[in-house]
Order: sequence, then structure tokens, then C-alpha cells
Amino acid sequence: MNQDIEARKQELLKEGYEEVYTRTKVLTDAVMHYCPGCGHGTTHRLIAEVIDEMGIQDNVVGVSPVGCSVLAYNYFDVDFQEAAHGRAPAVATAIKRLNPDTYVFTYQGDGDLAAIGTAETIHAANRGENMTMIFVNNGIYGMTGGQMAPTTLVGMRSATTPYGRRVDLNGYPLRMTELLATLPGTYYVTRQSVQNPAAVRKAKAAIRKAFENQKLKKGLSFVEILSNCNSGWKMTPVAANKWMEDNMMPNYPIGDIKVDGKIAEGIDANRLVVDHPLTVMQ
Amino acid sequence: MTEEIIIAGFGGQGVLSMGKILAYSGVMQDKEVSWMPSYGPEMRGGTANVSVIISDERISSPIINQFDTAIILNQQSLDKFESSVKPGGYLIYDPNGITHEPTRKDINIYKIAATAKAQELGISKVFNMVVLGGFLKLKPIVDKQYIHEGLEHSLPQRHWNLIPQNEEAIEIGKGIIEAVQVL
Amino acid sequence: MARELQLMKGNEAIARAMIASGCDGYFGYPITPQSEVMETLMAEKPWETTGMTVLQAESEVASINMVYGGAATGKKVATSSSSPGISLMQEGLTYLAGAEIPCLVVNVMRGGPGLGTIQPSQSDYFQSTKGGGHGDYQLYTLAPASVQEMYDFVFEAWDIAFKYRNPVLILSDGAIGQCMEKLYTRDYIPRWTEEERRAKAPWGTWGKPATRPHNIITSLELDSARQEVFNLKLQAKYAEMKEKEVRYETLNCEDAEYIIVAYGSSSRIAMKAMQMAREKGIKVGLFRLITLFPFPTKQLAEVAKHVKGILCVEMSAGQMIEDVKLATQCGVKTEHFGRFGGIIPTPGEVLEALENKIIK
Repeated sequence: MNQDIEARKQELLKEGYEEVYTRTKVLTDAVMHYCPGCGHGTTHRLIAEVIDEMGIQDNVVGVSPVGCSVLAYNYFDVDFQEAAHGRAPAVATAIKRLNPDTYVFTYQGDGDLAAIGTAETIHAANRGENMTMIFVNNGIYGMTGGQMAPTTLVGMRSATTPYGRRVDLNGYPLRMTELLATLPGTYYVTRQSVQNPAAVRKAKAAIRKAFENQKLKKGLSFVEILSNCNSGWKMTPVAANKWMEDNMMPNYPIGDIKVDGKIAEGIDANRLVVDHPLTVMQ
Repeated sequence: MTEEIIIAGFGGQGVLSMGKILAYSGVMQDKEVSWMPSYGPEMRGGTANVSVIISDERISSPIINQFDTAIILNQQSLDKFESSVKPGGYLIYDPNGITHEPTRKDINIYKIAATAKAQELGISKVFNMVVLGGFLKLKPIVDKQYIHEGLEHSLPQRHWNLIPQNEEAIEIGKGIIEAVQVL
Repeated sequence: MARELQLMKGNEAIARAMIASGCDGYFGYPITPQSEVMETLMAEKPWETTGMTVLQAESEVASINMVYGGAATGKKVATSSSSPGISLMQEGLTYLAGAEIPCLVVNVMRGGPGLGTIQPSQSDYFQSTKGGGHGDYQLYTLAPASVQEMYDFVFEAWDIAFKYRNPVLILSDGAIGQCMEKLYTRDYIPRWTEEERRAKAPWGTWGKPATRPHNIITSLELDSARQEVFNLKLQAKYAEMKEKEVRYETLNCEDAEYIIVAYGSSSRIAMKAMQMAREKGIKVGLFRLITLFPFPTKQLAEVAKHVKGILCVEMSAGQMIEDVKLATQCGVKTEHFGRFGGIIPTPGEVLEALENKIIK
């Protein structure tokens, strides 16, 4: 830990302050470049806590994408590889195949995983690669300045859909998570979010399960995390979270879709293949 | 000694495997060899050919267009390769399905009715070995014992019981090859 | 697996050499004329003997990125393809070079451009030696001219790759890939143990022990000043390769009045043309490139001082000739002869070109 921070902490403790929150040791001291209020920071922390609690820091390899989380390797204090845009599932496939006892995870955004890397994602899932994929979906290309992503909602404005996404021009929002749940190679498929403490607790449990599953060697564990992109959406973080709940969640319902290799209870099979509950924004 | 050979016919006639057995026999006799096939879609049901070189010296190009011997098993191949035989070289062909006989007078032409003979004896599977026998009668470039070793290396072990039949076919081929006079 | 005399296709030799040289993983995608590489690996089932992983990927794009992931854990990882597939891999190759990941890539060239033909060609020289992907990088490029070299170069590739932390390309073509020749196999070199892997690749992402900082494999550097320093380091590495790792072969160059420069299967054809010329009393030598990068610039310049003309033979419209002319500073009459689109020139055509373009 940074010496200045450590010294200041000791001073505060002497003054009678109590430590109620600290960084996990699996995150480095590097200052994250994420916009305040974005879900990436929280998601990073959850993954780091899971790695710490499972005691696998010395036996895990992460793969970061191209997108906002391109520098994720600077924040996790574990061995990390930076993949070409969209290729993380292929990169991770080989890491896992050649190091079957190592915990392997990818960390990708919606442009990386659901646009340019669709083939790699689907085939890694279909082969049932025994690894964990974390998919942060904020409905937009954040890093390049807010262009349309495959996950952008119908009617949603972005730098490349300045008048709102139109189905006749741009097609439908791609629900990668539902799609992957239909493949026999996936063992655990879930969608979570991190906009409030209750959601964070559920998301952490899902990430923990997705990592624990690698011990079972039964296929891919896939966790989508819905996040706001307050910069890209041009809103305050609080407003962005509200907007996410009102607009993203009807299109991207929260909860487990597939658990232990079976479609989760209460999930209507039609939802996975045909019935897209499109919310068209005004 | 350097012998440059083209073997050509339909896919499925055992052209490539005949070349391989010959080449492998050369390897066993400590010769330098190369085996260069035509490849690609044309192999599937169309024509197939392979150039085989057996030499006492390092082989320069495995890709050649003039041959000491052409072994021809169909009309298309005869049309294509008759002109590629070096003057004074050998052309061996199976008359089965041949409508236009070879015409060159500056080469040695031999006929081997291997298809007919193999059918007659019920050994169509080793038809290509009958043809190989004919060639070896004219050009005994590899010894019998090495042909045996070449067969062993070319065939999967589960087919080694067929080696005697292959060797018999070679002997039959030696007996039925005949010179042709171009008028 | 021990030393043994066999008759084998070039593509099969590549596959068997991978297994015998202790390769940890192969990731590939079928394409003519190199499909026998993966077919041989799958038939041999090395995962049951040496523990080598073999996986058929969904595309060449995935294959090369699997190479990236696996090789970045400090293991010996390879792929192979043919020209159109190698084009798809260019992104991965520049990332591999940029992240300094040792690995082996085999290109069994076919004719282009586009889907082109499945017949042999050598029109990927520029792509291989001038950086097919973006950025200033080089692949150490070996050009085998026989089935034996296809086999041997796989063994030698690992040494270079790990010594320099750089991808190695074996640039072959459909003729050598499909041709069967005799081959002496080598004794099996066991795959690295865990201890060996960690010693050979201390930079690898094999799980961070408490004793070292986390290892990061990346080609990203947002600070331009630092990226320039990194580029200078790469250039120093390539300069060292040029100094120490150049390979070539000369035949009859001592008394030659003319030389043919060629590599791979063209050099075999050129050798025959040279023999035919010598029979006619023309003093011709052959300068065969074994490494295309690093190019034997000094060595060729030295030989060229004593000759009247150089014929470059390549199954292309004339790519290698640019490096030949640079090497000789255009000081000698130099012409290109090639057939392309999958046509292989005959030794007679080469001799004729020598007589018409150079000697006349």
C-alpha cells in the first residue's frame, strides 16, 4: 500500500477513528480512471474480493478487453493479459486449456463482447470452456465517446444514433446473455447490477458462484453486470442509475437465467428465443 | 541414377498410393526421393497425378515437367503427359478406356492391360500394383526386398496381411507388360 | 519417439515436429493446402502421450488469439494456416509482436490476392517481412526448402522465439507442404516442466506468487514517450537478430559469373536450373535465403561483388527482389523471374529467363 496513505491511516486510527472500509489486497494502489459513479469500479472490487476470499490470488489469470476497462490489468494485483478487441474469449480459452487448474476470467464490455467479439464469445460458450466471463453492459461505447453499441436500446440516443436507435436502420438490442443461456456449453448464466447495496450483494454472490464453478469443470459461467454510463448518457450518476432501472432493466431483466446447467426457475423459455420485451423510448 | 516419373489417372485408381509405395521403397533402399502430388478439388473424382523422383543424389526440384517415365491410366492423362516424356524415355499405359493411342516415335511405349487382368483375377483392389510391376520390369530401380519394406511402411499395420497379395500383383504386372510399335 | 527414417509430407512433418519438440498447444483452422497439419495432430492424439493440447478454433482470428493467450502463459504454442488465413491473423501477429510473446506460426502459402487459388505461391513475402499488421515490428522468418527443413525449423523456432521473446514465422508454400520426401525424425524433447516454464518465461502470466509483482501482457502504452522507448527496444532486438541470426546457403557461388537468389520451393527449382546451366558451361551459382527476416544483406552484397548479374526467382510478381536490390545498392544488374497465381515455374523457364534477362 502507498506509504502516504498508510501513514495517514495510522494517524487517523490514533485519533480514535475506526476502520470500516478498506481496499482489498487483490486491487493495486493504482488510481482507477473510471468516471465517478460508473459500475466498473464496483465490479472490479467485487471480483477482487472474490479472488481474495477464495484465496486464489496466486492462481488466477484475467483477460481485459478493448473498451473502458482496457486498463483493468493495472488495477488487479493478479497476472493479467490485454486482448485485442473482442478476442478475450479466445485468449482465455487457450490460457485455460493449457493451464486447466488456473482460474481464468475475462472482463469485457458490450462493444467488445457483443459486437466485434460475438464469434469468439459464442464459440467459447458453445465449447463449454471452463472459465468465467464478466460482461459489463452499459448500452453504449463508453471509451470512444458514446457511440451506439449492439445493446443500445431502441430510441436511445448515442453519438452515432443522434436521433435515437431505429430498428429499421440498426436492428434490435442484442441480448447476449439470453442467447448464451440457450447453448449447452454454458453452466451458469446470470444478469446482475451494481447500482445499490442490495444489488451489489447479489452481484458479488453471482461472481463468487461463477468463479467457484470452475472447480466443477462443467462449462462456462457468464455474469452480465448492467451498469450506467453516466458520461456517455450525459446524466449525473444518480440520474443515470434511475434511468438504468427505468429503461435498461425492462429490456435486460435482472436475475439468474441458467443455474447449474439448467434454465432457472421462473424463466419462460419463450423469453430466451422469441419474445423480446422491447421498450421503445420516447 | 535419377529416375523422374509421373503417374497419372483418375482419382480412386490408386495413383498416389502407387507413387508412395514406390517412393517409400526408394527410401528403404537409401535413395533420395520426392513425391509431389497434384492436390485440391481436382482430386475428388477427377484426375490425379503424382511426380516421383528416385535418385542417388540430392534432388533439386521436386517439381518437374519432363519425365523419364510416364505411367498413364486414363485418356486425359495420356493427352496431357505424352508430350512431357523426355526423348528416349518410357510411356506405360493401360489400354482400358483409351481411344486415342499414343503416337510419339522418339520414346519407348509399353502397354499393360492391368485393369482387365485384375478384373479377370478378382484382384481389382491391387490393380495399381499390377501397373507398378510392369514399370519395375522395365526399370528395376528398387530391389524386391525394399518394395516389401515400402509396402510395410505405406500400409497401416492392420492391412499387412494384404502385402503378399500386393507382391503377387507386382509379379503379375511384370509378366503382362508388352512393347507397342507406333506405326 | 526416436530418430527414425520416414517418408513424409511437409505438412505432416510440421505437425510431428511440433509434438516431438515439446510443443504445449496448437490452435488452428482448416485451409488448403495446409490442413494436414491439424489432421495429423488430431490423428496422433498427443494429449494422450506428451500432454500437448490441440484445438480446432472457430476461425483464424480466434486461432491466433488463442496462441496469444496460451503463449503468454510462457508455454510453447503454435498455429498454422495458408495465405488468406494468415491475412486474418495479422491483427493477432502485431499484438503478439507488440506484447513480445514467443510463438510459432506456419504459413503454407497459396496464390492470391483474395481467395486466389489453392496452388503454391510465394506472394506473401511482403506480408511476412514488411509487417503485415500495423506498427514497426518484425517476425523472425524462416523459409524451409525441404520436408526435412520443415521438420527441423520447428525445433529451431522455439529457441529463437524464447531467446528474443518474438514470434517466429515459418514461411513455406503448397509445394513443400504437399510434397513427400525422406525425413530423419528427432528424439522427443519433453514438454517443459512447471519449473522450466517459470524459468524460461519469468514474464509469463502463470499465476502471481507473493514473491513477485503481477505480470502483465499487453501491447498498450498510452504514454507516447514510453511507447517510443519501447519501440527503440524492439528495434534493438531486430538489430541483434540481423547481427546474429542470419541464415543462408550458397551453392557454386565461388566461381559464379551469375547467381540466382531464391528461397523455399523456388530455390529447389533454381538449383535444377543452375545444374542445367552448368551443363551448358554457364557459371551459375545459387544464393538461397533461409531467413527472410533478418535478410542476409551483407552476405549477399559480398557475393554480388564478384558477379555480372542476379536473377531473383520467386513465385510472385517480384517482392524479394526489392531486398536484393537494397542489399547490392543496385550495383549489379538484377532482374525478377516468377510465375504466379499458383503456377510453379519450371527449371527450363528459369534457365531461359537467366539467359534472356541477365546474360543476353
